[in-house]
Amino acid sequence: MKVLVAVKRVVDYNVKVRVKADNSGVDLANVKMSMNPFCEIAVEEAVRLKEKGVATEIVVVSIGPTTAQEQLRTALALGADRAILVESAEDLTSLAVAKLLKAVVDKEQPQLVILGKQAIDSDNNQTGQMLAALTGYGQGTFASKVEVSGDKVAVTREIDGGAQTVSLSLPAIVTTDLRLNEPRYASLPNIMKAKKKPLEVLTPEALGVSTASTNKTVKVEAPAARSAGIKVKSVAELVEKLKNEAKVI
Amino acid sequence: MTILVIAEHDGKVLAPATLNTVAAAAKIGGDINVLVAGQGIGAVAEAAAKIAGVAKVLVADNAAYAHQLPENVAPLVAELGKGYSHILAAATSNGKNILPRVAAQLDVDQISEIVSVVSADTFTRPIYAGNAIATVQSTAPVKVITVRATGFDPVAAEGGSAAVEAVAAVHDAGTSSFVGEELAKSDRPELTAAKIVVSGGRGMQNGDNFKHLYALADKLGAAVGASRAAVDAGFVPNDMQVGQTGKIVAPQLYIAVGISGAIQHLAGMKDSKVIVAINKDEEAPIFQVADYGLVADLFEAVPELEKLV
Repeated sequence: MKVLVAVKRVVDYNVKVRVKADNSGVDLANVKMSMNPFCEIAVEEAVRLKEKGVATEIVVVSIGPTTAQEQLRTALALGADRAILVESAEDLTSLAVAKLLKAVVDKEQPQLVILGKQAIDSDNNQTGQMLAALTGYGQGTFASKVEVSGDKVAVTREIDGGAQTVSLSLPAIVTTDLRLNEPRYASLPNIMKAKKKPLEVLTPEALGVSTASTNKTVKVEAPAARSAGIKVKSVAELVEKLKNEAKVI
Repeated sequence: MTILVIAEHDGKVLAPATLNTVAAAAKIGGDINVLVAGQGIGAVAEAAAKIAGVAKVLVADNAAYAHQLPENVAPLVAELGKGYSHILAAATSNGKNILPRVAAQLDVDQISEIVSVVSADTFTRPIYAGNAIATVQSTAPVKVITVRATGFDPVAAEGGSAAVEAVAAVHDAGTSSFVGEELAKSDRPELTAAKIVVSGGRGMQNGDNFKHLYALADKLGAAVGASRAAVDAGFVPNDMQVGQTGKIVAPQLYIAVGISGAIQHLAGMKDSKVIVAINKDEEAPIFQVADYGLVADLFEAVPELEKLV
């Protein structure tokens, strides 16, 4: 079966971002960008499905600026067969991305679509669910285990109280949680080979999708800073402070 | 304005996060209705009707809504929600699972995990693991929003007397089914609602050593959390993880033991009122947010702390 994986180019998870002085957003100039960690897990899962003989083709798709080709090449180096970039310089909302992905799903007809559960920049946790709504497919969100058998996929999900398993009819949408797998690294030969794999570039216009949004970011501010604390010398001093100064125990 | 709040529950008990969500609805202003969807949910509906400030409780009791599968519940919420100005749900695993599906069905953008209400159409929410706060305005005819519980003080669970109304609509997409679940058992307070949280990290070294934290937690009436490192190392189960991708907590007191304080962990606890860090590494980033820091070996400090509190 064909598996479609969506990946996003985001600021590297180790970077401590700074808010711009004019409060228009965070400063991403000259900041290291990477593939969103949850998307790496999604790519890894697709590659494992292929290694098991379940998946026959892996198509990786990203929606974003021209530079997102770097993340697509990374996915190709990890084992994806071909890539699609839907190029848009705009800052798109999750719904706009879900609509664009729906157009790609219509075109490619995958049996399984794997996304990360959330992007570490917007922290929205929406796109997979929205794509599931638009396609009418079942959704297995926050997946820690994915097992395809016949025309069904069993997804074990991380929920607040523990774990839940649901069975979905294929085609279906899965979003990955941290514990689904440990993503591999791309080897140098594979990085070289990935440069030759096909990468198709599309536009929202070509897909006939409007990216208009009902949300507008008015401003972005730095969070309130915590006032500096103190170091205590002993456990006894700590208990005394907690009882008498902070009054929390 | 009329606001629809989706009740958070496990089929038997109304979850406290519902009270925080109703509090957010009250800040927006207008009539508040609560939807309880599930199977055999009479007790939950009764509890919802008692919440202060709730005008009406809608009850969708049907086998299709058991385990609140989003494929079936989202169309119900989207259908009912059309007449409302806002649809709110707690940013729990359930709320996050269902609500974006509702938003897409209504063809509107969602606003995730709001922490404050600026006005009826403008809200604030953390982005980049809590390193920036975005103010977002929505022009959607129905505003679809998940609420971070720690951003709002809960309304009273008693004192209301809402009318209860049955909803007949049944949506069964037939694309998904519930197979089973494994819930972690704990007698301690629920992590996201606890007044005191004691968390352990990689410094705990193994799962057995968490007994020191359990002993301290039991003495304080606290919940026990963990960093991703501790969860990934298999010391404790996933649902104890505090952080950007785990639970978000904001207790009165957060005690971080053997936790270095990575950005992703801080995202889940830096709104705690008082933060205590116990770590033997003086340079650990956790000390930058801790109100009280103790540079010490946790295996000596934690048992001593347990004795003294």
